[in-house]
Amino acid sequence: MKSAIIVFPGTNRERDMAIALEKASGTAPLMVWHKDSEIPDVDLIVVPGGFSYGDYLRAGAMAAHSPVLRSLKEKASKGTPVMGVCNGFQVLTETGLLPGVLMRNAGLKFICRNVGLKVETSQSLFTGGYEDGQVLSIPVAHNDGNYFADNETLDRIEQNGQVAFRYVDEDGAMTEAGNPNGSARNIAGVFNKEKTVLGFMPHPENAIDPAVGGTDGRGLFDGLVRALS
Amino acid sequence: MKATVHVTLKNGVLDPQGKAIEHALGALGFGGVNQVRQGKFLELDLGETDAEKARAQVTDMCEKLLANTVIENYTVEIEG
Repeated sequence: MKSAIIVFPGTNRERDMAIALEKASGTAPLMVWHKDSEIPDVDLIVVPGGFSYGDYLRAGAMAAHSPVLRSLKEKASKGTPVMGVCNGFQVLTETGLLPGVLMRNAGLKFICRNVGLKVETSQSLFTGGYEDGQVLSIPVAHNDGNYFADNETLDRIEQNGQVAFRYVDEDGAMTEAGNPNGSARNIAGVFNKEKTVLGFMPHPENAIDPAVGGTDGRGLFDGLVRALS
Repeated sequence: MKATVHVTLKNGVLDPQGKAIEHALGALGFGGVNQVRQGKFLELDLGETDAEKARAQVTDMCEKLLANTVIENYTVEIEG
């Protein structure tokens, strides 16, 4: 599986993402700088976490209009799988590739801890390494992770099976206590309609080593390698 | 010419920052504040000299970048 990671000024999780992708696929991803106008032909494009352009205006807003994003949108429209994690999720919603928007956390605090994450479906390129309904422990680290869309949009994406992950409590239940940031209907990650683009807030790339934070994130990368190799 | 843009959250969109400001005002003894909504104010200095063209240009800027129309409304004012 050949992959590319997009790097903006202010991106800070690109190395963790590269390590996770290389560990799973055996191939080091290409790093693509935001000023590059062409993304090489790869099996997967990743927009990693961080604070691109200092979160100026709105998180992800400036990055969504950078030169490299034109190439990303073109490739995405032709079916190249794209995954946005944390700030990458914010960028993909700002481009309109994914529905909704990520607002300031309801509690107004930066949240950095493990959360319960339920896999809504294993039927995708990205989530095939997990079981339907599997509950994972994955870290989040964000200030703007409060997923919002109007009720009509939420109903539509739920009906289309576009919800990839939801926040859950210790018992695996979708409760308010299990929702770290106020996200609508506990949504932590969504697909586009074709399920070729995925965005989510938690960091599976930081849950691949038993020495630091567990290994629940591995399933995502192993599943991607199986689907895209 | 000068353009001013106000970007505000749509009705029904929760504004946790506005809420925090509302509470802080209450804590300072300012009673009777029923609600606070926080937004953005932008000033643009434009080369364009035609007011209608300037308005169209700034509206396009709002649609593409300055506002996220999923959650935000905007208003544009043009001054000669």
